Amino acid sequence: MGAFLVPTLPAIISRTRFPLNGEGFRTVPAVDGRARCGYLAAPLAGADAGLAGRPATTGDCRTRSRPAGRTREVSQVELTGAEIVVRFLKDHGVRYIFGYPGGAVLHIYDALYKQKDVEHILVRHEQGATHMADGYARVTGRAGVVLVTSGPGATNAVTGIATAHMDSAPMVVITGQVPRHAIGSDAFQEVDCVGITRPCVKHNYLVKDAGSLARTLREAFYVAESGRPGPVVVDIPKDVTADRAWYEYPAEVALRSYNPVSRGHPNQIRQAADLIASARRPMIYTGGGVVLGDASEPLVELTRMLGYPITNTLMGLGAYPGTDPQFVGMLGMHGTYEANMAMHECDVLIAVGARFDDRVVGDPKKFCPHARIVHIDIDPSSISKTIQVDVPIVGPVRSILEDLLVAVRESNSRPDEAALGAWWKRIEGWRANDCLRYERGSELIKPQYVIEKLYEVTGGEAFVTSDVGQHQMWAAQFYPFDRPRRWVNSGGLGTMGFGLPAAMGVQFAYPDAPVACITGEGSIVMCIQELSCAKQYRLPVKVVNLNNRYLGMVRQWQEVMYENRESESYLDSLPDFVKLAESFGHVGMLVERPGDVEGALREAFALEDRLVFMDFITDQSENVYPMMMAGKGQTDMVLRELA
Amino acid sequence: MQRLISMLLENEPGALARVAGLFSARGYNIESLSVAPTEDSTMSRLTLATSGDDAVIEQITKQLHKLVDVIKLVDLTDGPFVERELMLIKVRASDPWRNEVRHLTEIFRGRILDVAGGSFVIELTGARQKLDAFVDALDEKCILEVVRSGAMGVGRGDRSLRA
Ligand SMILES: Cc1cc2nc3c(=O)[nH]c(=O)nc-3n(C[C@H](O)[C@H](O)[C@H](O)COP(=O)(O)OP(=O)(O)OC[C@H]3O[C@@H](n4cnc5c(N)ncnc54)[C@H](O)[C@@H]3O)c2cc1C
Ligand SMILES: Cc1ncc(C[n+]2csc(CCOP(=O)(O)OP(=O)(O)O)c2C)c(N)n1
Ligand SMILES: [Mg+2]
Repeated sequence: MGAFLVPTLPAIISRTRFPLNGEGFRTVPAVDGRARCGYLAAPLAGADAGLAGRPATTGDCRTRSRPAGRTREVSQVELTGAEIVVRFLKDHGVRYIFGYPGGAVLHIYDALYKQKDVEHILVRHEQGATHMADGYARVTGRAGVVLVTSGPGATNAVTGIATAHMDSAPMVVITGQVPRHAIGSDAFQEVDCVGITRPCVKHNYLVKDAGSLARTLREAFYVAESGRPGPVVVDIPKDVTADRAWYEYPAEVALRSYNPVSRGHPNQIRQAADLIASARRPMIYTGGGVVLGDASEPLVELTRMLGYPITNTLMGLGAYPGTDPQFVGMLGMHGTYEANMAMHECDVLIAVGARFDDRVVGDPKKFCPHARIVHIDIDPSSISKTIQVDVPIVGPVRSILEDLLVAVRESNSRPDEAALGAWWKRIEGWRANDCLRYERGSELIKPQYVIEKLYEVTGGEAFVTSDVGQHQMWAAQFYPFDRPRRWVNSGGLGTMGFGLPAAMGVQFAYPDAPVACITGEGSIVMCIQELSCAKQYRLPVKVVNLNNRYLGMVRQWQEVMYENRESESYLDSLPDFVKLAESFGHVGMLVERPGDVEGALREAFALEDRLVFMDFITDQSENVYPMMMAGKGQTDMVLRELA
Repeated sequence: MQRLISMLLENEPGALARVAGLFSARGYNIESLSVAPTEDSTMSRLTLATSGDDAVIEQITKQLHKLVDVIKLVDLTDGPFVERELMLIKVRASDPWRNEVRHLTEIFRGRILDVAGGSFVIELTGARQKLDAFVDALDEKCILEVVRSGAMGVGRGDRSLRA
């Protein structure tokens, strides 16, 4: 046994050379004074200097070398499955894992305890773990990582997995499973996790032996983060985490059955460029794919170069600056009048990383009746799913937009300036409607006003997460985002309870940035337990609770479609949110008058190291407008009538 | 329109469930499905018969393709192909059916595999329509069991589905 290394080795090797137990450990004091073990840091630092011939370690930890290609050898180390999981996460550069322990994952928790490279965040409910990982993923672009136990741990995580799946957020969820021999026997805390999660993951795995753990995890991250991102579940039986196997970080990953397209087809791009340039009433409609694909730059460049109007979906906000004059607002059910009207009348629609969701389309038969459609998407199944398109381009939005920029410049067709001018005039006419206006002089706090003030107080620079309901729509309408990955919400699944844990995940990614969670009194209690986790890790999230004492979005539908029959939408017996926040060790504020809104926000954001829960008592009767009626056409919008 | 879609699948325990689950989750129609390992034991070949308008079939093939376990896929109905299905059918061999059944079996080029306890087991291969026609031709009352493999197919000539 020994670590035989030749000098040409990459840095990876240095990570696999050292023992995880026996003499390789030292005890380090933990933050809370509890003693913890960590990987020995010192030898790692000197590792790259080349330690060929270094004597083998003693104890039960073994290393070996194997040839890798002609000129290199790779050193492997023998570890338990649990140690492989933790070591892999470290080698893969994972900083945080959000989790909750239980029987099936105790070996992994023990391995976590013995190191300090990967920090475990102890949530208070597994749903919270998934949303935190999701929030972290959406602002960083890297997979969020979750660790939960078998049975109820896994089922509690399902809502968050489905949430990530619907919004294409990259996530790796490690679930414990009963030992291999017990699988299928209705063992204690056994659920068919792979079966339960199959319809709401991008892919999932049941790991059969410790030897395949590292490769499986490597694949899981690759699948989660590449192509159209999504959650991947890795289910690991407890005995697999106890078995020993040789470990080495799998530097490469190749899957014969999974190869996301890396470039758009040049012919399609050329065709699209010609169509785009020939438009008389063009419209650019972009979605979450531009955010996920980090393609804001080429999008902004192309849009400015063309001078065309642009709208974003709820998921795409921030990909194009929300304060830019070419931006006509969000489209869809609660989108602006001008955005929906322009969609309806356009003759060329350029859809980019958006999936023609029913909240955007309404009745497919009435959607964009005059338009020829270009659609850029990395997922072929998003194309022509509900709306037939004319020029599909499959591939990553970033490289396609870059190619498209060149192609538009080279195209023989040129936009008709006069036509474009007339088109803008028409759009300005719709804009003059001022469809987002609301009553200013009210005695009651208008929810829109709170968000406008939040925007002012944070200078538009905050990361904003939201829950689901009216408050979510107001956040989208009244907090313009000038940058991508600033706005985090559950659009596809619409998961109440998402906002707070997501904000915490964002705060982990950006500890010093202002992070606001816009929520409602209905949604916030669905993951309220995470206030406790926020205390433990001192996360200074600012909770903006728009408290209308109603499941407002439900009440609004009941008002519009059920003749005001408020069936179970009034929320009786609400908690005293100030005391609630205080009981978790946070700062609570009750705000009841419009005049106090700004002051409260300023005070809250001045408390830079505290979580502040602001309970704004808002006008109960306020509705979200415009409102495109579900299943109707784009022009069937209900607008606000003001006295 | 009737379609025959054939694919190479990772030979993993969950792979079949992913394909079947996709059809039930998205409300697609599945008429028959057959699956078995190929010459390369890490891969299975799965063939399924389905139907739907062009837009539905396009979504079905795209969604199948998206499954990480699906290696390659072809809609055989898009070009020339050979289709076969195997049927084992157990029928009463007593009068008045005995002669009729033997006669029909001959016409359809089936084979009587077993004669026991007053029943025949007949083997028949062919395209789905042929098997349907055989079943239709038999008197319903004489049929005891129908066991069909599900359709499978392979492209003609240069059309090959290989990893
Ligand atoms: C209460 C409520 C109200 C709502 N009202 C509205 C509304 O008024 N307006 C609205 O727009 N939405 C609304 N939604 C959200 C709606 O349900 C959908 O979630 C949203 O419209 C989908 O956005 P998207 O089309 O941008 O797709 P996303 O879900 O963001 O999907 C992204 C698309 O981009 C593709 N993609 C991903 N990565 C890349 C890449 N690198 N390159 C290329 N393509 C890529 C994906 O394949 C996918 O097709 C509402 C939701 C709720 C809960
Ligand atoms: C988990 C879950 N259950 C139910 C719903 C349906 N739903 C959508 S919005 C809403 C009301 C949300 O109330 P609140 O959080 O107070 O927000 P408001 O609409 O009042 O701003 C409900 C019940 C949902 N989206 N998620
Ligand atoms: Mg409410």
